[in-house]
Amino acid sequence: MNPMLETTITVNGTRVTRRVEPRTHLVDFLREELGLTGSHTACEHGVCGACTVRVDGEIVRGCLTLAVQANGRAVDTIEGLSDSGEIRDLQAAFHERNALQCGFCTPGVLMTAQELLRTRPAATRDEIRDFMSGNLCRCTGYQSILDAIEAVLIARRQARPA
Amino acid sequence: MNDRIAPDQLAPAPRAEERKPAPAPVATRGYIGASIPRANAKRLLEGRGCYTDDIQLPRLAHVVFFRSPHAHARIKRLDLQPARAQPGVIAVFDGRAIAEYCTPWVAVLGHLKGIKSPPQHAVAIERVCWQGEAVAAIVAETRAQGEDALAHVEAEWEELPAVTDMEDALSGRYVIHPDLGDNICFKRELVTENFDAAFAQADLVVEETFGFGRHTGVTLEGRSILADYNAAEHSLTVYHATQAPHMMQDIFSRHLDIPEASVRVICKDVGGSYGIKVHVYPDEMATAAISVMLRRPVKFVADRLESFLTDIHAREHKAKIRLACTKDGRILGFDLDDLTAIGPYSVYPRTSGIEGNQVVNLTGGPYRHKAYRAKMHVVFTNKNVTCQYRAVGHPIAVALTEGIVDLAAAKLGIDPAEFRRRNIIPDDAYPYTFPSGIKFEKLSHEQCLDKLLEAMDYRALRAEQARLRATGVYRGIGLAAMIEVTNPSPAFYGVGGARISAQDGATVRLEPTGMVTCLASVTEQGQGTDAIFVQICATAVGVSVDKVRVMTGDTGVTPYGGGTWASRGAGIGGEAVLQAGKALKSNILDVAAAMLGVDKATLDVRDNAIVDGATGEAKLPLAEVGRVGYFRPDTLPMKFQAELSVTRHYTPREYGFTFTNGIQASLVEVDTDTGFVKLLKHWCVEDCGTVINPILVDEQIRGGIVQGLGAAMLEECVYSPEGQLLNGSLADYLVPMSGDVPDIEVAHVCTPTKQSELGAKGVGEAGTAGAPGAVMNAINDALAPLGARVTDQPFTPERILRALGRI
Repeated sequence: MNPMLETTITVNGTRVTRRVEPRTHLVDFLREELGLTGSHTACEHGVCGACTVRVDGEIVRGCLTLAVQANGRAVDTIEGLSDSGEIRDLQAAFHERNALQCGFCTPGVLMTAQELLRTRPAATRDEIRDFMSGNLCRCTGYQSILDAIEAVLIARRQARPA
Repeated sequence: MNDRIAPDQLAPAPRAEERKPAPAPVATRGYIGASIPRANAKRLLEGRGCYTDDIQLPRLAHVVFFRSPHAHARIKRLDLQPARAQPGVIAVFDGRAIAEYCTPWVAVLGHLKGIKSPPQHAVAIERVCWQGEAVAAIVAETRAQGEDALAHVEAEWEELPAVTDMEDALSGRYVIHPDLGDNICFKRELVTENFDAAFAQADLVVEETFGFGRHTGVTLEGRSILADYNAAEHSLTVYHATQAPHMMQDIFSRHLDIPEASVRVICKDVGGSYGIKVHVYPDEMATAAISVMLRRPVKFVADRLESFLTDIHAREHKAKIRLACTKDGRILGFDLDDLTAIGPYSVYPRTSGIEGNQVVNLTGGPYRHKAYRAKMHVVFTNKNVTCQYRAVGHPIAVALTEGIVDLAAAKLGIDPAEFRRRNIIPDDAYPYTFPSGIKFEKLSHEQCLDKLLEAMDYRALRAEQARLRATGVYRGIGLAAMIEVTNPSPAFYGVGGARISAQDGATVRLEPTGMVTCLASVTEQGQGTDAIFVQICATAVGVSVDKVRVMTGDTGVTPYGGGTWASRGAGIGGEAVLQAGKALKSNILDVAAAMLGVDKATLDVRDNAIVDGATGEAKLPLAEVGRVGYFRPDTLPMKFQAELSVTRHYTPREYGFTFTNGIQASLVEVDTDTGFVKLLKHWCVEDCGTVINPILVDEQIRGGIVQGLGAAMLEECVYSPEGQLLNGSLADYLVPMSGDVPDIEVAHVCTPTKQSELGAKGVGEAGTAGAPGAVMNAINDALAPLGARVTDQPFTPERILRALGRI
């Protein structure tokens, strides 16, 4: 049996402390230990992006990150971004364009999209397509996802003072 | 010791007055035809959905499976005791132990004459027939502990010959199931009387053999089941990511010997299905049996490797097709010889004979030839099983038909669009019986072709193509016309003895506040069932969409029905909702007429109120009908009973299937140095009858097309000659990502079916049906000036470079 390590993470603004096995992946910790089931596992290989969460403000694959690696750091999940209202415009754009069907990839897609919106406000459609190409969606065919992100990118750009 | 999040960090929940008003109904047909966003998508957007793996129950145990490393082997020795001793392990079971609680099954159907398959157990006994077949189950307190214990299972094997090649299987050199006599699961032959004459009189006969790679659905959510047996009442509740809850209720009941009404199947949010989650899986049956055996809830979720090894695969075909035509480009007939391999068992309960059967039914689909001969063999192999995956058989039939049609057009020097125009069944020729025996109520091939050529500006694209060729840029344009099976009647499964419902039901209830609850037997998999039922129900009753709640996916709650498969939800389930809603409206008016003391015929329900039908004057809010109907029925006439809950069902009967039609086009550019194909643009014109929600329909088509593009360009389950899957991860098995796909233009022709009042046909599979054929034709069009041609999907760079003679 592996030793358990005391791990403290600030998850969506709330500090939690748990004893975890070193091998526990961050996404499993969030889902099973904290009940934050909005982040999903699908490929468990770092390919599909369904487990994407933020650690200290940057997106990571929750299936390639260990929970103990997040010790002392801040983790944000889809639940946190929803409650804070940070991506309300993005969620509304996805809703309006039906840029999701089964919704399993959607939390990860939104986390990645928000990263794009924050770090590349001048992105072109091709750059959006490229940036999002690490998130697998098997339902939509991506066009509506790109449309939604592009619309929010333009709206946020226009809302920002020059 | 947790710090609470500061309240000011939380965005306030929207108050009632901040919520957007409900969209207004369209004047003529209410909400039918309105692009209203899906209300149930909001929870998924906030990560607040509930997929089966999200459910935790007290005393929940987790099951993992020890799976065969061999494609075909006898189990010489299996020792589970070392695994049983590992930390957290609750129980270990081999196939015999499971079989005491779960009877085996044989997947055959009466209307597929001669189909055969051996009995299949939930967990293998004595022999394994494909790599990945479950051999033992380990139950542990956590999934991780179960997986740790797997390493301690001791097994010895006697390897048996693995039959992995289709033609080898057909030859019968080694018979996988000796009791069956040969490796042929099912075969079908048909020939029309005029066949020989048609081919004898042809000016031109073209022939080609096409190959189709075995691929799979890759639902992002793995197969998931949580079975919870209650020993006190001998009842079983199953939370299951499934497309067909009532079918599974019947199967759990019969194979676990629990009374049908004591089995409840609950389908929460499902993370993608596409036909993958409509079959009986041995490991899922074992999970349910283990819950009975251990008298506690047990969960199984397939991980990605298990998904690749055991989710049904599909579409491993090799088919020779011939086309006979006159020199002026009139198709006289088609001749098909199809071979497909399905793994070691026909899949329960729908069988693995349907895909090949569909290829026979549908090949030649859009055209008006009269002669047809088909031969088809379905053979057993030692690979994972195959069965019905989105668009079942259609992608094969369309690619075969459209590939050989393009070849004929090229030989005759006729433009492919013009060749199709000369041969498609005219729009005024219906009803029409096709040479394979299937019947079309009303299709619109001519209108669809016209609309497609206009949308893509076909002439301009051809001119641009010619211009670019002169500069060494190889672009290709490919067309693929298609027909599609939707709204299946009992002719699909029921007549063959399958206990699979072809009818669906809806219960619609007025709530006391004037809201309406709709319980429907079609399930929601993300395609938008709930949303369109809200629209249909609101329209039928006369309320706004914000007043309607839909519940699906619970055999304990909804009427009995088939669920989601074969593009049937809107056309069949939607009609049941429409009729239930109309009946409720009539009953509401009965109550209102009694309350008001007026003739019912003078009243109507509009905008959540009882109104005077002639003047529109508001008479009563609907909530008042609810209040009186439920709380003060004493104020109504003595003999009058309010019936504010109504159930209706619908079964399509007039046609075996309600066919739809459409046509797709693909524009590609082939890099002749690297073999890479850039998909530049894709178009689809489709006729699914009444469009209930245009944005949902278009997104079904786009998503379907991209699955078809995956099959054409990337996806293949690659096996070694020994039957080892070589690419069982998403790093090795490629699916389309956003950078791989083009933008897709979708347009519609609308020919409602007259069989139902709603007039809706299915649309969920059309995109997948036509995309591979269109892309194949586009690639071959691009390669034509170089004298190269590809016929084996997926069209990998390697295959294209081989065709070009570069490697």
